[in-house]
Amino acid sequence: MIYFILISVLVVLIIGAAVYAIRQKDLLYAVIATGIISLILSILFYMLQAPDVALTEAAIGVALTTIIFIITIRNTVRFEDERDKKDKFKSAVK
Amino acid sequence: MKKIIVIILLGTLGFYTAHTFFDIGFGFPHFEHGIKDVYLQKTVSDLKVSNTVTSIVVNFRGFDTLGEVTVLFLAVTALGGILYKRRHEVGERSVLFSASSIVTSGSKLLFPAIILLGVYVFIHGHLSPGGGFQGGTIIATGFLLMLLTYENYSVNHTVLSLVESLAGIAFAGIGLLGFMHGGTFLQNFIEPGVLNNLFSGGVIPIIYIMVGFKVGAELTGVIYTVLHEKG
Repeated sequence: MIYFILISVLVVLIIGAAVYAIRQKDLLYAVIATGIISLILSILFYMLQAPDVALTEAAIGVALTTIIFIITIRNTVRFEDERDKKDKFKSAVK
Repeated sequence: MKKIIVIILLGTLGFYTAHTFFDIGFGFPHFEHGIKDVYLQKTVSDLKVSNTVTSIVVNFRGFDTLGEVTVLFLAVTALGGILYKRRHEVGERSVLFSASSIVTSGSKLLFPAIILLGVYVFIHGHLSPGGGFQGGTIIATGFLLMLLTYENYSVNHTVLSLVESLAGIAFAGIGLLGFMHGGTFLQNFIEPGVLNNLFSGGVIPIIYIMVGFKVGAELTGVIYTVLHEKG
């Protein structure tokens, strides 16, 4: 029973994090939410008796992918509609 | 003339590929008796490996693993080729933000422990969960911590590519040695030993250690290249 409750809580959390990552306009927060998805997913893999996959997911999904996305954000734009805003501003000035 | 030769060659290749696939016989009864039972039984009785996932990944499906390693190698090479010209010097805006003294001393303390964990994971790949890919990525996260913390921390690219290439050559070489001893590529030609011992499973631990070195070096190279890219 407690196993079922734990899995339900984790599934609700993972769906919540995924919805947050899609809705969020600040890409840095969205990337952190993606990392949380990977973390919960690795716990779920472990509970479903796939420790090999859980290790891979924890190392790649939580650490490497998140950091590479953060570096990409640092080198590009942080907000989703930053480019659109600039374009609108330019057209408004013209 | 050239076109005719190309067409003939492609036709021959296509004919033999199609022939091989027809011979496999998808959908016929020999696929219904689960191959999983054979794998589970052979893992314990013939190979003496405790971790069935490892025995399938490295031994029964070893050729696929060689393909995966090749794909990773090609991806890393392409990334390095694209970003090579746009790299800036070591120490110049390489970290995301400057680290405090707590972070620097903490990561100095954690770095050997992370490397040790990664090495443990890929050496014990045939006994406990994990293996070359997992251990390699854990080692890469250790280097990532150091690269994020210290502004002038650098890894030697020559050493990285040397480790990577030698590990790949050793993997393929062990596969070729199988021809000399058993008859097929990646044949397990060393005596399996005793179940649950560290030295068991024949060539499986050797191959997984090579994969661990290769993946660790490649992912460290990826992080280093991306982190030092000129924005």
